[in-house]
Amino acid sequence: MAETSARGGACQALLFPSSSSPSCARVEALVVFTICDSYVRRPDQADRVIGTLLGSVLPDGTVHVRNAYVVPHSESADQVALDIEYHHNMYVSHQKVNPKEVIVGWFSTGFGVSGGSTLIHEFYSREVQSPIHLTVDTGFTMGEASIKAYVSSNLSLGDRHLAAQFQEIPLDRKVLLSETVEFEMLKSVVVEKLPNDLEGMESSMQKLYALIDEIYKYVDDAVEGRVALDNKIGRFIADTVSSVPKLSPSAFERVFNDRIQDNLALVYLSSITRTQIAVAEKLNTAAQVL
Amino acid sequence: MANPAPAAGGKSFLQAIATVTEEAPPPLRVVQMEGLAVLKIIKHCEEFAPALVTGQLLGLDVGSVLEVTNCFPFPTREDDEEADADGANYQLEMMRCLREVNVDNNTVGWYQSCLLGSFQTVELIETFMNYQENIRRCVCIVYDPSRSSQGVLALKALKLTDSFMELYRNNGLTGEKLREKKLSWVDIFEEIPIKVSNSALVSAFMKELEPESPVSQCDFDRLKLSTAPFMERNLEFMIGCMDALSSEQNKFQYYYRNLGRQQSQQQAWLQKRRQENMSRKAAGEEPLPEEDPSNPIFKPLPEPSRLEGYLVTNQISSYCNHINGVAGQNFNRLYLAKALQED
Repeated sequence: MAETSARGGACQALLFPSSSSPSCARVEALVVFTICDSYVRRPDQADRVIGTLLGSVLPDGTVHVRNAYVVPHSESADQVALDIEYHHNMYVSHQKVNPKEVIVGWFSTGFGVSGGSTLIHEFYSREVQSPIHLTVDTGFTMGEASIKAYVSSNLSLGDRHLAAQFQEIPLDRKVLLSETVEFEMLKSVVVEKLPNDLEGMESSMQKLYALIDEIYKYVDDAVEGRVALDNKIGRFIADTVSSVPKLSPSAFERVFNDRIQDNLALVYLSSITRTQIAVAEKLNTAAQVL
Repeated sequence: MANPAPAAGGKSFLQAIATVTEEAPPPLRVVQMEGLAVLKIIKHCEEFAPALVTGQLLGLDVGSVLEVTNCFPFPTREDDEEADADGANYQLEMMRCLREVNVDNNTVGWYQSCLLGSFQTVELIETFMNYQENIRRCVCIVYDPSRSSQGVLALKALKLTDSFMELYRNNGLTGEKLREKKLSWVDIFEEIPIKVSNSALVSAFMKELEPESPVSQCDFDRLKLSTAPFMERNLEFMIGCMDALSSEQNKFQYYYRNLGRQQSQQQAWLQKRRQENMSRKAAGEEPLPEEDPSNPIFKPLPEPSRLEGYLVTNQISSYCNHINGVAGQNFNRLYLAKALQED
């Protein structure tokens, strides 16, 4: 009985610090790219690559992983040798570029936590308080791409260190998508040409059209009773429609015409500038008759 | 009977090899960038915008394709000698570290961020010439973070044209030489199409992790109606450039005026000398030489370089392109908004 309560106490002590340790991880696409690339370029005999994660810890306890670099290591049955010097050199170099990015943890490819991980984790615990451990399953062991983040806590009984426990923490995947980049570009193996601004616009318009068509179809179906009515969707559509600012036709016409005029003026201005530079060039390089 | 033919063939083969190795490398057609490099460049440039940053591109030169497989950022430069040496050390250290993890260890150029496409500067040309001395084929990737707010990925691969480099090396940027080579401001920079490639592994990961979402942030950005600030700044920059261009033109006018004056002085002097010589001849004296290098009016006037003017013209042209492009998009957006109101 006493023993269980002691264990319970240990558990308490164990869970307690985990509230101050990272609660959630956020990983940017670049990190996944770096890890995959380093896995592709791993040395001949290596089974996995490991490396350092850089980023920052947000005030709410979320770890924002923004950068990563691989660290050479060698692994045998019962020991792991990490090139610590390399790790430090690289970290110093990264710090020179962006001092805001600090070590937040480490990554490894492969599925889940493996035996050698505790040793490496211990090393990183000395570098930073409560590092996170990110595993990227490059082998698709479970038939799907899995990226998992863990924090570790030590299980100890009294002074005796029993084991290290890795606890999975939720991973926020939304930010994987870099806001600015055409995401299609990152998904496919080859993109022949970067879209220019008009093409981008066209594709956005097409998406918009498709969405509007879809909503039309949904509303029609809903009105005719072909699909089950859903208040939530209905309200959402109503909200969206009502978010279009109401302007009287004459007021809108005025604004619209003003804007069109402005843009026409701009186009005119830029054409006249082009003419001017064309003329200027002819004059500047023409043979001067003296 | 059959012998001579293979021999001849062998000979021509050897000749062929010899000619192939002597031949100029095939022209650069495509810059193939890895998604990783693209993301790294974007990250570095966006994080430090509006400060301008640079970095080094690593990759392979494969025939007419230049592969950019990785890159690393340079720390923001400070203007003192110590920092310079530090920067060089950093670069070497980084290259060494990356080689250790099997990253392509070949410099293929550099990248830099720019503001509203104003990258056409003398510094860029100097940097390019520096790189070109060490590596045969190099490219400069320019990324414009200010345009990303419109959902445009403003990534450009540039190189200097060969004819321009030749002239620049020989200080041939004078009116006469440019006319001879028919080199105009359009022929300074050459844009090379960019192709993006990803390893199958990355592609699989991205497909799996990212559910198909109907719209992304960049769709919203593209359909945003407010482009006035962007246009304003473009115009502002353009006006600045126009001023620069007109001051360049004044420089030339001044030069030509001086040249004209000098030539008429020379003519006058020559006439005087000839008359003098005639009278000397009549008097039976030796004629004086018809040239006098010590006279200041015979000192050739240095012709100002055309480079600055050309670069400014290039900038103006890129502002014009921006304005035209965005105005064109604005028409689309406005008609879209109109359609919405009519509903």
